[in-house]
Amino acid sequence: MDVFLETFLNWRIVQEAWPILWQGFQATLLLSALVVPLGLAGGVMIALLSTATTPWVRWPLRVWVDTFRALPPLVLLVFIFAGLPFIGLDVGAWGAVAIGFFLNTGAYYGEILRAGIESVPRGQIEAARSTGLTRGQAMAYIVLPQAVRNVLPDLISNTLEVVKLTSIASVVALPELLFQARQAQSVTYNATPIMAAAVAYFVLLWPVVRLLSRLENRQLAGRR
Amino acid sequence: MSPAPIVDARAIHKHFGHLHVLRGVDLQVAEKELVFLIGPSGSGKSTLLRCLNRLEEPSAGSVTVDGIDMLDPRTDINKARQRIGMVFQSFNLYPHMTALGNVALALRKVQGLPRADAEAKAQAALERVHLADRADHYPAQLSGGQQQRVAIARAIALEPRVMLFDEPTSALDPELVGGVLAVMRELREDGMTMVVVSHEMGFARAAADRVVFMADGLIVETGPPGEIFANPQHERTRAFISQIERH
Amino acid sequence: MTGWERFTDSFFNARVMAEYLPKIVDGFVLTVWLALLIIVAGLALGLLLAVLRAFGLRPLNWLIVFTVDLFRALPPLVIIVLLFFGLPNAGIELSGFVASWLALTLVLMAFAEEIFWAGITSVPKGQWEAARSTGLGFVQTLAFVVLPQALRITIPPLTNRTIAITKGTALASVVAVQDILGAANAGVSFSFNPSPLTLGAIAYLILFFPVVVLGRWIETRFAWRR
Ligand SMILES: Nc1ncnc2c1ncn2[C@@H]1O[C@H](COP(=O)(O)OP(=O)(O)O)[C@@H](O)[C@H]1O
Ligand SMILES: [Mg+2]
Repeated sequence: MDVFLETFLNWRIVQEAWPILWQGFQATLLLSALVVPLGLAGGVMIALLSTATTPWVRWPLRVWVDTFRALPPLVLLVFIFAGLPFIGLDVGAWGAVAIGFFLNTGAYYGEILRAGIESVPRGQIEAARSTGLTRGQAMAYIVLPQAVRNVLPDLISNTLEVVKLTSIASVVALPELLFQARQAQSVTYNATPIMAAAVAYFVLLWPVVRLLSRLENRQLAGRR
Repeated sequence: MSPAPIVDARAIHKHFGHLHVLRGVDLQVAEKELVFLIGPSGSGKSTLLRCLNRLEEPSAGSVTVDGIDMLDPRTDINKARQRIGMVFQSFNLYPHMTALGNVALALRKVQGLPRADAEAKAQAALERVHLADRADHYPAQLSGGQQQRVAIARAIALEPRVMLFDEPTSALDPELVGGVLAVMRELREDGMTMVVVSHEMGFARAAADRVVFMADGLIVETGPPGEIFANPQHERTRAFISQIERH
Repeated sequence: MTGWERFTDSFFNARVMAEYLPKIVDGFVLTVWLALLIIVAGLALGLLLAVLRAFGLRPLNWLIVFTVDLFRALPPLVIIVLLFFGLPNAGIELSGFVASWLALTLVLMAFAEEIFWAGITSVPKGQWEAARSTGLGFVQTLAFVVLPQALRITIPPLTNRTIAITKGTALASVVAVQDILGAANAGVSFSFNPSPLTLGAIAYLILFFPVVVLGRWIETRFAWRR
């Protein structure tokens, strides 16, 4: 037990590693603030395109979305970060993360928003158009707000996954929380910094998990 | 009272938090008797029925059914419940099983009958409710009236000594009510002891031995249907009956 | 070299691809094994926890809920790193494969428990009462009446969640497992050419594209239930 405490919950080490961990935590927040809007933007684009009626848009779009849902995000990230420089496209760690998350996260948000848009009855668009709104206005003011509300639990759930996923940026040496914790571990020869990072993630995300578990229970119960 | 009653509930109280739902109810039912339970919504009829097979735990009082003390912790409640059939307002058929599967489940799992024997018994029970030809239908493929008759078969297949009905026809379209009531009449003619909560006054007149009127968690008045309907003694009973009859 | 030649020479270099294909195939087999072991253990544990939770024992349920919340909130990579790089500091060595398996199993367990539990609570109370009124016990009612109905409605969310977590097997490459990505990374550093990564990406698409399409099909197939 003492060994365990010494190794995983060592207060002295926490103090020593604090500055570097704090930097990492801030970077994780910044990274999340970057990739969530990026992914949402990609998702809205995909969702709007998927309302197109012509198969020339729908099918390529579906292949696009399923491709990026099928590729593990880490594979995508490594491909961009380590592969593209071979043809002279070195986008750096932040650039690789931004592109990778835009593609991967955008596909997921896109699927969710598409389902949301499909859940809004056709009559809503017709009613809006009958009052003179343009197609774009009907989408923006009538359909999207309802769509978002209908799939809100899925959107929150996906956002939680995206924030957790930012930890893979450590693989391309972007100094976010997990990367910094690994750095601190290698200089202190003690696992406490990683434990501290885990605690930080938990404290940050637990409220979201609680909220979601309530929303999901209600949602599944309503399906019967 | 000459022979010992088959259902003997005494001084039943039931609290839900601050709500005092049953406030000292006595109910005795003789063998082969059909007791018809009426009363305004919320008066505690369902709760009383559910206390009889201990789906609801009474806060105080005693319940004996067929000589078994239902509230004794040493009683094997699952065995005891096999002697008390229950039919619910919302049927509560298992949607993932056929009619036959619904009826056979407890025969197999509680009575431990081999599958073939259980299914033969289940088939016989379905015959008694005139649904032998629907044995392999799923609940969703049956009308409400048929579903309720399957639910009755599910209960009688266990050869219970008493049957409890909690508003068995309230969820049915009017044209389907008759079929369910007919099955209940046949059960009665075969000598089943029954406690029925229902608003079907015609059925009460034709088939009940005794009508019990409940209000606010108490039994207000009890008597033969002819007397209760024609000449209620209490103001509450009178008001309730005149309201029902207007429909 | 033209730009196009440079592109194909980098990403579709036949010589490099031929050389590293066997390694990628080995990695493919390893990834499939890892995925299957995660799915079996994760779903079984998740179901077990949900069933235990149905017994309604207060302190046990708090523990279950906390465990589930914990593994829903922690990034899988953090758990893998903690198990693989952290435990040795306390004298416990796990192989990269075991660390990855354990971490992702715990994560799938947590999500599966949540979904199974939602399924169990969505079965109407009347089903419990009807079953209990015929003398079925608590466990029998759960096993024969409630779970079959609960499982049915949990299939779509469970499928999607399982796919998402299974894709996390690629994280094992971080702890030196020679799965598809691990083999591809090694190939890139030996050959100094990114074609093994292309092969790896193709391998993942071969593995997961059909699964994603299947998940989509299951969603629409069960959609009438909504
Ligand atoms: N499980 C419960 N929890 C709290 N209150 C309940 C519960 N079941 C019934 N009640 C309350 O008990 C009272 C009697 O209900 P019930 O027996 O269903 O009446 P009835 O069947 O005569 O309409 C009602 O006020 C009802 O709201
Ligand atoms: Mg009632």
